[in-house]
Amino acid sequence: MSDTSFMPEHPPVTDWVHDFDHTDPRWTENPFPIWDELREKCPVVHTRRFQGCYLPTSFEAVRQIAYDTEHFSSRRVIVRDERPEIQKNGAPPITSDPPEHKPAKQLLLPPFTPDAVKKLEPRVRAICNELIDGFIADGACDAADCYAKFIPVRAIAHMLGIPEADAGLFIDWIHRILELSIKDESQLKTAAEEMGAYFIGHIEARKRQPTGDLITTLMNARDKSGAPLDDMHVLGSLRLLLIAGIDTTWSAIGASLWHLAKTPADRHRLVAEPELMPTAVEEFLRAFSPVTMAREVIKETEIQGCPVRPGNMVLLSFPAANRDPAVFPDADKVVLDRKQNPHAAFGLGIHRCIGSNLARMEMTVALEEWLKRIPEFHLDPAHQVKWSQGTVRGPRQLRVLF
Amino acid sequence: MSGKLKVHVDPDKCQGHARCKALAGELFDLDAYGNAHEKGDGTVPPGLEDKAYLARANCPENAIDVTED
Repeated sequence: MSDTSFMPEHPPVTDWVHDFDHTDPRWTENPFPIWDELREKCPVVHTRRFQGCYLPTSFEAVRQIAYDTEHFSSRRVIVRDERPEIQKNGAPPITSDPPEHKPAKQLLLPPFTPDAVKKLEPRVRAICNELIDGFIADGACDAADCYAKFIPVRAIAHMLGIPEADAGLFIDWIHRILELSIKDESQLKTAAEEMGAYFIGHIEARKRQPTGDLITTLMNARDKSGAPLDDMHVLGSLRLLLIAGIDTTWSAIGASLWHLAKTPADRHRLVAEPELMPTAVEEFLRAFSPVTMAREVIKETEIQGCPVRPGNMVLLSFPAANRDPAVFPDADKVVLDRKQNPHAAFGLGIHRCIGSNLARMEMTVALEEWLKRIPEFHLDPAHQVKWSQGTVRGPRQLRVLF
Repeated sequence: MSGKLKVHVDPDKCQGHARCKALAGELFDLDAYGNAHEKGDGTVPPGLEDKAYLARANCPENAIDVTED
């Protein structure tokens, strides 16, 4: 697969407009000024890195691409140095295009409605408090690595009916699939194989003894013709739920706590006015949207006057769209009671995140429980905040004192 | 004198973000897949006009219409 003319090294970026790189340390550390600069220059920029990739930077350009499934395919949703072969059952429906997309998505939607995820809320509240119990006496902790990280992974394990104690395994797979694989394709292969073997074991166990969890629900699902899904489809969807449901929300919780740790006025306000939590959560989602998706251009077209050619990927930056001042006044400010906030943190169009209601519930509960028990906290000046690289952005090291 | 307001969710545009239900549960409901529709015939009871406009302003897909009878 590897093309010898292609250089996997990533030299530092000197020209963001013609040679952007979302794995550059400056992007990882603070992408917002980069997006602002690019948005002023051009609504769609291009880089020759990653074997060719576009980046729309305005809300309108992102929206147009997200809505256009004729020219932009979801068969590849991560921008990497290499283009791994397309798998038939990648991770439906996130890797599906019409017409396969809708039936695959509809199978997964009912367990993720607001009412359905509300049933999980008591368990998530308990998970948060168990985690806080583990460090509250220390007066310090890593809020990303000891708190945010474990909340979604345990919640999704609980939903799927797999042991919460396997959380470490899942976190390792996700790290290899979403971060390490950008520059080392072998990480994708081995992590996907290990994850596949793990889930096949759980599928086989439920064939012998059905349970009431989400894995069983998927196994019992029927397609339009009344046939059950084959094991590979079930496996692909499980892979999606695990990959999409973990470091995304972990990042959103971590980024929210990061903001509150360094912004006393907002922290005090949210403690004093807990009824602001719903708009605050939406604002954290807008300002620190963790997920950048991708598309592959499959037919030539134009976006906002910029020609777009097949063979290139598109980095579909919902986070950059959500910082577009044409749609969000004071886009670079966090406004806890922002009234008008039609953000695209969960995507736009047919691929709207299935887990959006789960993510909102987890964020709300994680912030509420933290603020109840640790209303006063700040960044530990002795440690740097470290951010993840690539597709999902959030703090991975976030030392705080309280 | 303004007439009565009505809300309507365009089912082809709605993608189930569920913001309308969260902001104006009196006016919107969700189906088994989490997609939204207006309650009843969409008539906005007096006092809920602001919520109707708030729901429209927060829909990421521009799927909500607010019309005056």
